[in-house]
Amino acid sequence: MVSDSTRLSNLLPLAFALLFAPLLLGLINRTKAVFGGRCGPPILQTYYDLRKLLGKGAVYSRTTSWVFRAGPIVTLAATLAAALVVPFGPCDAALHFVGDLVLFAYLLGLARFFTVAAALDTGSPFEGMGASREVFFSALAEPALLLGLVAVAKAAVGRSGWFDLTGMHQHLNGALWLDAGLVLLFVGVALFFVLLAECSRIPVDDPNTHLELTMIHEVMVLDHSGPDFAYILYGAALKLWLLSTLVVSVVVPRVSPVWLDMLISLAGVFALAVGVGVIESSMARLRLVRVPQLLVGAAVLAVLALVLESQI
Amino acid sequence: MPSSVSELILVAVMLTNLALLGMGRLRSSIRMVGLQGMTLGVLPLCVSSQGLMWPLVVIAVGSFALKGLVFPWWLTRTWRATNAQAEVAPIVGPSASTALGAALIAFSFWIGSRFQLPPNVPVVSRLAMPVAVATLLSGLFVIVTRRQALMQVLGYLVLENGIFVFGLALAHEEPLLVEMGILLDVFVAVFVMGIAVFHIAREFDHIDVERLTELRD
Repeated sequence: MVSDSTRLSNLLPLAFALLFAPLLLGLINRTKAVFGGRCGPPILQTYYDLRKLLGKGAVYSRTTSWVFRAGPIVTLAATLAAALVVPFGPCDAALHFVGDLVLFAYLLGLARFFTVAAALDTGSPFEGMGASREVFFSALAEPALLLGLVAVAKAAVGRSGWFDLTGMHQHLNGALWLDAGLVLLFVGVALFFVLLAECSRIPVDDPNTHLELTMIHEVMVLDHSGPDFAYILYGAALKLWLLSTLVVSVVVPRVSPVWLDMLISLAGVFALAVGVGVIESSMARLRLVRVPQLLVGAAVLAVLALVLESQI
Repeated sequence: MPSSVSELILVAVMLTNLALLGMGRLRSSIRMVGLQGMTLGVLPLCVSSQGLMWPLVVIAVGSFALKGLVFPWWLTRTWRATNAQAEVAPIVGPSASTALGAALIAFSFWIGSRFQLPPNVPVVSRLAMPVAVATLLSGLFVIVTRRQALMQVLGYLVLENGIFVFGLALAHEEPLLVEMGILLDVFVAVFVMGIAVFHIAREFDHIDVERLTELRD
């Protein structure tokens, strides 16, 4: 059921996502630079990169087919579609209907599928290895994401069954925190682990390495160039933004004046990016065999939240 | 769900169970069981509705000191003396153990909802029964799936912690004497087990319980 009151403010979450997503990557890099005692690139560097890449031409290997060219475009399109159902601060999402949280999870899945297919299409053994890892880890992250969202939806909206992201988001106020704080806390931590895994941040994957043997996401996009790579970069930034807003919407309760809510939500997302930067500067990548353990832990936290929620 | 202190403690106990199942090192497992003992040691102070009563304070101090401090110290000492390997050598790996731990928790909540309590018994919290059962089952799981003999001692301790939660939750009027008796039993058992493990290690150069079946006179 699509809401009939499509107001202008419902487009704000999408506009924020489109506008601010690359800023998060800049913030993370700036945090890491400060920890390393460097000046670091400008915070807006990702925007410059995007502009530069869009102005270049693309190079395609002769072994690749249309799958390789479709990969970045479908990935970006699916991520953009996912951005339509994610609410932000006091604003509803542009689209909301029952079950859109499942759509959200699987639009991200579709994006991942096409990234992986494009990586396999190149025929490079390294990209195949990265694809295999990406699929394995995201298969483990998916139960954590879905179970966590269901736990929050049940806690927020009750058993009446309005499982949509916007409805659950608007019910997450301070009173719910007093009632079901533990549920929200567990889901917040679980979703944060999912964010680290899905966006290839440090305990799972090191976005800075260019050693094919140790990386996951970066290795899959090695053969893309020019505008295609810009789409991939922008898609990755959007995904980071979307998952960050989800974490923030679970962890930070809604407050009453609209402008304050908006301000707190924005500050929350940017603080989360700084937090990711702090984690990246203060710990090393986990050994590859330990990563599943982290993700299973996240899924278990989500299950625990679901079980606790049923006791309310 | 009013997040009272006792419920927070019970949830923390559940988290320590899961953490223990996901651990690969003996040293950190010992620490985790010690942490669980300390957490449970605080629980008796929170269950009473009519203020602090001195039997509960005695139980709290006793179990905090024994389970949180003495046992970890004694087990670490035994482990050092045996020169045992640092890994817990599980039959079921850490990820699978944690996932099964979550399944155990779900199962215990189901059992807890089916369990008919006498209506006049004041229950500390709805979480108490499920957490007690989950802790018991986690202890059993550790005993069954770890090959290192010291992990069996830890599993036994976790199992006893489950019974402790059960007793505190359901039997407010449980006499101090019974509780102290149980504590003394556990104390002696852990001491004897520690000594036994030490001797096994000295005689056979390992404490792998799978190979203990080969022992003959």
